[in-house]
Amino acid sequence: MSELIVKNLQVSVETDAGSKEILRGVDLTVKSGETHAIMGPNGSGKSTLAYSIAGHPKYTITGGSVTLDGKDLLEMSVDERAKAGLFLAMQYPVEVPGVSVSNFLRTAVTAIRGEAPKVRTWVGEVKEAMAALNMDTAFSERNVNEGFSGGEKKRHEILQMELLRPKIAILDETDSGLDVDALRIVSEGVNRVKGNSDLGVMLITHYTRILRYIKPDFVHVFANGKIVEAGGPELANKLEEQGYAAYTTA
Amino acid sequence: MSTLTTNYLAPSGREEAWRFTPLKRLAGLQIPETSTTSEISFTVKSGASSQALFKEIDNAELTPRYNSDDLITKRVRHEVTRTSLLTIAKDAELTEPIILGRNCTGKPQVSRLVIEAGVNSVSTVIIENSGDAQIGEEIEIIVSAGAKLNFVTLQEWSSDAIHLGQHHALIAKDGEFNSYVITVGGSVVRLNPTVDFTGEGANANLFGLYFATAGQHLEHRIHVDHKIANAKSRVNYKGALSGKDAHTVWIGDVFIHKGADGTDTYELNRNLLLTDGARADSVPNLEIETGEIVGAGHASTTGRFDDEQLFYLQSRGIPSELARRLVIRGFFAEIISKLSNETIEERIMDRIDNELSKVGV
Repeated sequence: MSELIVKNLQVSVETDAGSKEILRGVDLTVKSGETHAIMGPNGSGKSTLAYSIAGHPKYTITGGSVTLDGKDLLEMSVDERAKAGLFLAMQYPVEVPGVSVSNFLRTAVTAIRGEAPKVRTWVGEVKEAMAALNMDTAFSERNVNEGFSGGEKKRHEILQMELLRPKIAILDETDSGLDVDALRIVSEGVNRVKGNSDLGVMLITHYTRILRYIKPDFVHVFANGKIVEAGGPELANKLEEQGYAAYTTA
Repeated sequence: MSTLTTNYLAPSGREEAWRFTPLKRLAGLQIPETSTTSEISFTVKSGASSQALFKEIDNAELTPRYNSDDLITKRVRHEVTRTSLLTIAKDAELTEPIILGRNCTGKPQVSRLVIEAGVNSVSTVIIENSGDAQIGEEIEIIVSAGAKLNFVTLQEWSSDAIHLGQHHALIAKDGEFNSYVITVGGSVVRLNPTVDFTGEGANANLFGLYFATAGQHLEHRIHVDHKIANAKSRVNYKGALSGKDAHTVWIGDVFIHKGADGTDTYELNRNLLLTDGARADSVPNLEIETGEIVGAGHASTTGRFDDEQLFYLQSRGIPSELARRLVIRGFFAEIISKLSNETIEERIMDRIDNELSKVGV
C-alpha cells in the first residue's frame, strides 16, 4: 500500500519578469489502486504540479511538502524519485538522438530494479509489453522518441510505465494528440498495468474523453494553481456539460 | 638531425590557415630553425600480408603526387629521410584491418607515410597514435580506380602531445575513400584532411569525432577539391568539449571548380558544449564555380547540453552521470557506429567516459 501525499504545495517559476507563482497551495493524496483525475483549463498549473513532483529543475518549491510512503520526495534527485516508485508520463516526451529504445529501456530498468534484468526473460518481457501496446518489435531499434508520431510517443511512455512498475504514476495529458484508436490502446495499457499491480494514478487532463476509458475514483478541478473542487466521477460529467467557466471567473 | 633550409617563413598567426592555432604551443614545429629527427615510427601491429606490404624506403624514391601549400607538409617532405610505404595489392579483398601503431616520445620529429590502395582492392587501414609526440606528419593516400579504402586515424595521444599534419587522399575513377579521424588526446592536434578527385565516379566520406577537455586544442581543417565531374563527397564531424579553455576548430572548405559538373557534396559539423569556458569554432565554406551540380550544402551547429534530455532520462531512474554519458554516446553514435569495429568503438567511448568522469560530468 503506497501513498503520495501533496500538502500545501507552492511552486514558482523564474521568468524574465521575475519570479511567478504558479501553484498556490495544492493538497492531494493518491493511494495505491486509486485513480485521480486532475482536470482544469489550460494554464491552470496542472502540468506544473506533475513536473514539480517529478523534480524538474525549472520549478522552485516555495512551500509545502510531497511525500511518497513517508519519504520526502522534494529532498530527492529526479532519479531517486523514480527509484522511490514515481513515474511521470510526459505530454511531450523528449527525443534522445543516438540512444536506442532497447538500450534506454534496459538502462532504466536496471537503474530502477537495482540489477540488470536477466537477458532471457527480459527480451520476452519487452516483446510481450510491446505487443500488448500494438507496437512493432522494430521499434526497439529506433532512437528514443526520434521521429515518433504522437501516438507512438504516448505508447512508448506507457511501455516504460509497464516495465518500470512504479507505485504511483502521473499521466500528464496522455490523451492529447491521440486519435480514438490510439487513445483506446493507451488507455487499455494503463488499465492493464492497474489490473496487474496496485498502481495509483494521477491522471491530468483537459478533456473528459479519456475518462470514458480510464474510470476515475476521484475528480479534482484545478484552477489558478490549486484544487478548487473535488468529488467523484459525477463531477466529470458536470464539467463535460458546463466547462470550466465557473472556476476561472475569479 | 637536419634543419630546414627552404625559404618559407614561419607563420605569424595572422594567416587564415593559422589564425586559430596556438603557435606558442607547437614546440617550434612550425619554425624553420627548429631541428627535427626523422625516424620510422610505425610498427605493423596486425594485418600485414603478401597483399598488404609495409616497408621503409628512401624518401627520395617516393615523389609526392600532389602539391601542398601546407608548410608542415613542405617541411616533412624536405626533412624526412625514410618514408613508410603501405601497398595494398590490386584486386586484394582484405577482411582483416591493417593496423599501424606508433608510440612517440617528446622530441620534434617528422614522419611521412604513403598508402597505396591498388586497383579494385578493398581494405581497412587503422593508425593508432599514442605517447607524448611532437610530430609533423604527412600521409599521402592513393585510392586507385575502383578501390575501396577505409582509413581510420586514432589520436589517442597523452596530454602533452603535439601533432600537426596533412592527410591527403587522391581518389581515382570509381574509387571510394572512407576516412575516420578520431581525436581524443594531445595538447595540440592540428590535422588537415584534404581530398582531390582524379577520376569520375569517385566518392569521399570524411567522418570525424573529437573530444576536447580543459586546455586541449583540437583543430581539423578539411578541404575537398572538386575539379573532376561526377564525384561525390560527404563530410560529417562531431565534437564535444568540456572544461576551461577546451578549444576545437573545424574548418570545412569545399571547392567546386568550373567543369566539375554533377558534383554532389554535403558537409556537416556539430559541436556539443558540456561546460562553460569551452570554445568551438566552426567555419563551413562552400565555393561553387558551376551551377550544373547534383547538390551542395553545409550545416554547422554548436549547442549546449540539453537539460530536457537529462530530465527525461533521470525521470526514468537513470542517475545524472549515466544519463549524461548516454546522451554523449548517443551524440557520437552516428559517427562511431560507422566504424563497424566494436573493439575500437568501445575503446574510444571508454576513453571519453574516463575523461568525463575526470571532469566530473
